[in-house]
Amino acid sequence: MKSILSVLVENRAGILARTAGLFARRGFNIESLAVGETSDPTVSRMTIVVDGDAGVIGQVEKQLNKQIDVIKVRSLDGGETIRRELALIKVAVGAQNRGQITDITAIMKANIVDLSPTTATVEIADTPERVRQLLGLLEPYGIVEMARTGMVALQSGNNGIGE
Amino acid sequence: MVECLRREGVNTVFGYPGATIAPFYEALAQSGIRHVLTRTEQGAGHAASGYARLSGRPGVCVATSGPGATTLFTAIATAYSDSIPMVAITGQVATNQLGRDVFQEVDTTGAVEPFTKYSFLLKSAADIGRVFKEAFHIASTGRQGPVLIDAPVDVQRERLGSDDGAGAATGDGIGTGAVGVADFIYPERADIRGYKPRYDGHALQVKRVAEAIRAAKRPLLCLGGGVFLSGAVGPARELCERASLPVVSTLMGIGLLPPGHPLYYGMLGYSGGGAANAALAGSDLLILIGARVGDRAITQPSELAGTTVVHVDIDTAEIGKNVGATIPLVGDAARVIAQLLERDLRGEWPDWIAALDALRAKERTELDTRGERPRSVDPVRFVRALSGLLPEGAVYIADVGQNQIWSAKNFCVPGGRFLTTGGMGTMGYSVPAAIGAKLACPERAVLAVCGDGAFQMSMNELATIRQLGLPIKIIVMRNGVLGMVRDLQKRAGAKEFAVDLSGSPDLGLIAAAYGLGYARAERLDGACAAARDMISCDGAFLLEIVVDPDEEN
Repeated sequence: MKSILSVLVENRAGILARTAGLFARRGFNIESLAVGETSDPTVSRMTIVVDGDAGVIGQVEKQLNKQIDVIKVRSLDGGETIRRELALIKVAVGAQNRGQITDITAIMKANIVDLSPTTATVEIADTPERVRQLLGLLEPYGIVEMARTGMVALQSGNNGIGE
Repeated sequence: MVECLRREGVNTVFGYPGATIAPFYEALAQSGIRHVLTRTEQGAGHAASGYARLSGRPGVCVATSGPGATTLFTAIATAYSDSIPMVAITGQVATNQLGRDVFQEVDTTGAVEPFTKYSFLLKSAADIGRVFKEAFHIASTGRQGPVLIDAPVDVQRERLGSDDGAGAATGDGIGTGAVGVADFIYPERADIRGYKPRYDGHALQVKRVAEAIRAAKRPLLCLGGGVFLSGAVGPARELCERASLPVVSTLMGIGLLPPGHPLYYGMLGYSGGGAANAALAGSDLLILIGARVGDRAITQPSELAGTTVVHVDIDTAEIGKNVGATIPLVGDAARVIAQLLERDLRGEWPDWIAALDALRAKERTELDTRGERPRSVDPVRFVRALSGLLPEGAVYIADVGQNQIWSAKNFCVPGGRFLTTGGMGTMGYSVPAAIGAKLACPERAVLAVCGDGAFQMSMNELATIRQLGLPIKIIVMRNGVLGMVRDLQKRAGAKEFAVDLSGSPDLGLIAAAYGLGYARAERLDGACAAARDMISCDGAFLLEIVVDPDEEN
């Protein structure tokens, strides 16, 4: 079972190492971890996607909460959430099949952000499912390189864990 | 930094100086705070632990960077697993040299991360006040534990203005408020937004626990070290008596109920007693208070599937970690027990009590009918006899190994305190911890009991005992082997290997070398007579008793 945790932490040196170390030491599997500042520069938000049964997820939440630098932990599994991931995908394409890539990116609401005689770099910011779908479509052309941010998520509507 | 210690009311620190902590020591020298020079940094950490456990205040230990810090780590990890409040201060290389692998540099805060409650790397002297305030606050509240402050040597030398407005130079680095110098500010209180320990139990959960007690047929209360840490010894006893709940304890909870209490059935677990483990297996309601029940306490959590488990702990993360909890109850033991005592807890289980009494009587008969040891001292009988000889309120510190189990199962001192390291099981704990305990409570008799293996791990601290003139009593149960390891090998059907302690010194000569009184006994009666002499003598004393290596745990 995959679970999304939204975690507000003190924006301090060492917090990322502390959190990553906590997961590694206790054998929790992180699928992705994205971190960035919030509207309050002293607070960062981590979005952690973790894989495990309910017992493991419960322990992850408790161990995170126990960290002095962790301000709030909220599981985003229950309600509606907005989920996004950014990916940059460099595809091997020449002049002869560049048109096909243009079509795919247009349909997938992605953008071509860089071109070279032998490659095109596609940018997509969408749900993880759509990112995966795009990857599937681009794979046959040959993916040269790729960078993904990991998922970030917020609760929809006026719900939030507060900053 | 020294001023911070003074404002926290610290009057004793344990440590070992070195280059990168030298400025701190210069200030300490003029402070009036007592510094105890242990013979290793690990000794300083264990002494701080013993001090903390008896004084109820965070123990403070100090070491230099690099090897000083790494030698301290074992003691910090030991304190962490036993939830002992401690503030460890380490020197560090200058900030402009950090990360360059200079002489005596290690990444101290990186290394201690898994076994400290929190750690700080001081980047600027302006942070000193806040960091120390937070360190003491974190160490001594919630689930207590060690906090480390790593202080680069240049930060220690920075000058700060005085916070009293008078600009008085105190000679400890706090200057006269020169221009461009930050003022030393010691906050009144720490306010950490991500750290708000919850002390009161949730009222609804408390109600559910009371209902579970009334509905139970075979309830059992299991008390752990958290009850000591929360200062809930009296309330726990009242809870057990008011609701007539049979009680077992973990290793860290020994001594919570007066030994010989009619409702106390002993220590449970891997090394525990038959009655306690039978009580656990037979119970339909298990109430755990301040016990994380690690694998040595409840070896088979799956066997509790049919039992209603109430788990009271101040650390949310402990609840459900080792044993599934039917009714989780986060809170401080003392507060939660007080909340429970406001409720109706009446239940009746006379048959259950009778069954447990019979089991306990059987266990006691087995003890009473143990065979005579013609050529050695029976450690079980000896600990029981020793308990009777010790003055009321004596502090008994058991080391690690077979001696620990003999001590734990037979300790019985009215008003006494039993200390040991349950979580880490760090050999060599007892002697340095005794130093800290004695300094915290000079009026109480303090006794360290160890095996010949553990004793040789902290024998160096005899010099500290001598230097301070502390009347600490030490008993070495000498069997010439690493008994616990040997026992494990035997149980596993493995060959006896690497457990032979031959080559160990003549302890009489060691005692003489350090100016300790000394006696040796090979029979129980001689051991008891020697123990009597040891207890009545004024100074430090080493009693060596000969134990058969084939004695079982």
